[in-house]
Order: sequence, then C-alpha cells, then structure tokens
Amino acid sequence: MDKKTTTKLTPSLFFVNKEKEPLFSKKNRALLTDPMDDNNPITVQVLGICSALAITVQLKPAIVMSISVMAVMAASNVIISLLRNLIPNRIRIIVQLVVVAAMVVLVDQVLKAFAYDVYKELSIFIGLIITNCIVMGRLEAFALGNGVWKSFLDGIGNAAGYGAILILVAFFRELFGSGKLMGVQVIPDAVYAMGYENNGLMLLSPMALITVGVIIWFQRSRNRKLIEKN
Amino acid sequence: MEAYVNLFIKSIFIENMIFAYFLGMCSYLAVSKTVKTAVGLGAAVIFVLSITVPINFLLDTYLLKPGALSWLGAEYASLDLSFLSFIMFIAVIASMVQLVEMIVEKFAPALYGALGIFLPLIAVNCAILGGSLFMQQKDFAGVGESAVYGLGSGIGWFLAIIAIAAIREKITYSNVPAPLRGLGITFIITGLMAIGFMSFMGIKL
Repeated sequence: MDKKTTTKLTPSLFFVNKEKEPLFSKKNRALLTDPMDDNNPITVQVLGICSALAITVQLKPAIVMSISVMAVMAASNVIISLLRNLIPNRIRIIVQLVVVAAMVVLVDQVLKAFAYDVYKELSIFIGLIITNCIVMGRLEAFALGNGVWKSFLDGIGNAAGYGAILILVAFFRELFGSGKLMGVQVIPDAVYAMGYENNGLMLLSPMALITVGVIIWFQRSRNRKLIEKN
Repeated sequence: MEAYVNLFIKSIFIENMIFAYFLGMCSYLAVSKTVKTAVGLGAAVIFVLSITVPINFLLDTYLLKPGALSWLGAEYASLDLSFLSFIMFIAVIASMVQLVEMIVEKFAPALYGALGIFLPLIAVNCAILGGSLFMQQKDFAGVGESAVYGLGSGIGWFLAIIAIAAIREKITYSNVPAPLRGLGITFIITGLMAIGFMSFMGIKL
C-alpha cells in the first residue's frame, strides 16, 4: 500500500501522535509478528497459560478457543484504548474487567447458540477468558497507552501467538494420544496392525505441561537471546 | 459431616486446581521463585477463595439461577439471569481482592512489599474465578458445601505453589540445560508433579 492513499483513507481518530504513518508500517507489522516468536505470550511473557493447557486434548476446541480469545482481545483492546483518557487510574482494573466480561458474555452466548458441542466441551474455560492473563496483561501494558489501530493489531497479534502455541500443543496431543486430527483418524489402520498403540498418557493433563515445556526448550535453543539466566 | 470431609479432601488432592485443571498458572509460575513470597500469595488465595465461593453461591442461588428469583413473587419465577453470572462473579471477586489488598497493606506491610504487583493480579487469577464457576457447575446443596469447596481448593493451590517454590529454590544449584532454564524446567517439573498427584485419583470417596 502506498503512503498517500492510506493516510487519506484513515480517519484521524486512529492516530494519537499526529505522525502520519501508513496503516501497515514496519512498526505496526511488528506488533503482529513479534508475539509469534520473540515475544510470545505463552512461552516468553508467561501469560494465559491456565486455559492453554486444559483444552488442548483435541484440535477442535483449541481452534475455537483461539478464535474466541482473538475476538475478545481485539474488541476489548479497542474499547479500552478508546476509553483510555477517560478511565481514572484507580478504578482501571474494574473497568477493564467489566469490559472484558461483557465481551466474554457475548462470545459465550454466540458459541452456545451456534456451536453447542464445542461449548459443552470448553465448559468453564470460556468464562475463564475473563481472567486469562493475556487479555488483562495486554490491556494494562498496551491498550492503556496506545492508539486504537495499534491496540487492535496488538490484540490480534498476541491472540495469534497464543493460538499458535495452543494449536501446536493440541496437534501433538491429539495425534499421539488418539491418532486423530480434528476428530478424523490420520494414522492408518495398517500401522495399528503392526502393533502401534496410541499413547494414552498424552491425553492426560500432565502431558500438556510437559509438551509446553518441550516447545519452550525448542524455541529457546533456536532463539538463544530468550534464555533465562536462572 | 462425612460429606464435608470427603469434599474437602477431594478438592485438595484429587481435583487440585493446579495439577488437575491448571487454574492460576500465571501467578503460580511468576511468584514461585522463593518459598516466602509463595506462602504469602498462597495464603491470600486461600482467603479470597474461601470467601468468594460461598458469596457467589448465594448470588447464584438467590439471583441468577433459572427460577432463583421466585422469592420475589410468582411473576419473577420464570426469569433466568444466569448469563449475568460472569459479570457478577468477577465483580464480587474484584471487590474482595481490593479488600484483602487493603488488609494486607495495613497489617503486613512487609508482605505487601514482597507481593507487590501480584496482589491485584489475584483478581485475574483463574483459580479464583474457576472456583466460582466450578461451584456453579457442581450444583452444591448448601452454602456449607460451597465454603468447604472454596477452602479446600485454596489449600490445594497453596500446597502446589509451595512445593514448586521449594523445588525451584533447590534447582538453581543444578546444571539445567541452558534453553530449559527458568520457565521450561518449571513446566516439566509441574508436569511430573501432576503425574504424581494423579495417584490420588484412585481414592474412592
């Protein structure tokens, strides 16, 4: 996109600092891509782990959960960033919680209406998006101090980074735990005939933790600047 | 009485918040570097859980459940406000956390300094909201049961965070592979501890 047309199209509302900036400038793209690796919400920022682990037995709930989190994060980031100059500092946590809770109620009702099976499977974990630390963490750290468009991108980017880990964990757990992906058997019967068995341990909750641990191990051995001092 | 004891033991060991449901992992990972701060946060979680779960139980029974408003009169009996439960629960939790924060600041300033930013974060500790949502799902018979459940799951969380903090204090002396240091090894240890806790599943209560 060239610079001239974008600035013309963009309402001035999106910019706080009055600097003319194309919609997808390098900085804005970094907001989307950083959380995928260098600043991943789960493996680096250590946010939002609660739900990441519990619903990763199968791929389908993991995907639905990622989409729900993305919707909640983008919407609440935008709302808080619109309100950021109006919220008194002392009650900001409560305001944030109410905004997030309202968004989650919307997602909850939509899922209940259109995807009841998955809704039942996710059970309390939809409600727990409210206390998903990613949402609150990004509101505190980003949306309170940045413009609407940037906050929107930040929400989408962080939710995508969260979803990527979720889907990765769910992929391995479903593949090795039940030999299926999205509920469809992918390991051919011939392999089972040769004596292959599904690893039932992968379906149990402790293996979610260990899978995430191994993912962190891989990521940090590839990206050495993330290694902790101890 | 026996039912209470069973529920208590079940919520501590068998349905442990951390090892069975992974609730409250964020603060569990962030505040478990030393045993001292872990004890403080664990105690705060016990306190908040054992207060908010019964309060939310009362709210749920007398305001939110389908038909809960029948005490107001027959014309309200068909109302179902359960879609409001997320907002109600989180409001109760946020105000309780504010209260605990004020009490700790007044009576234990040293602890307040040590817990720092993590005290307000109890409001967004999934274990607290999770306790209330599980309470709603489990359909307890009375306020006593929900209080026992809240206390038990708080103690379960307390035990888990103290155990991991003690292990992490010791593991700083070991030679962990560099990319696993810190977060990675903590995840794997928690996984192994969770496998250990699974042995409680065999207990029939």
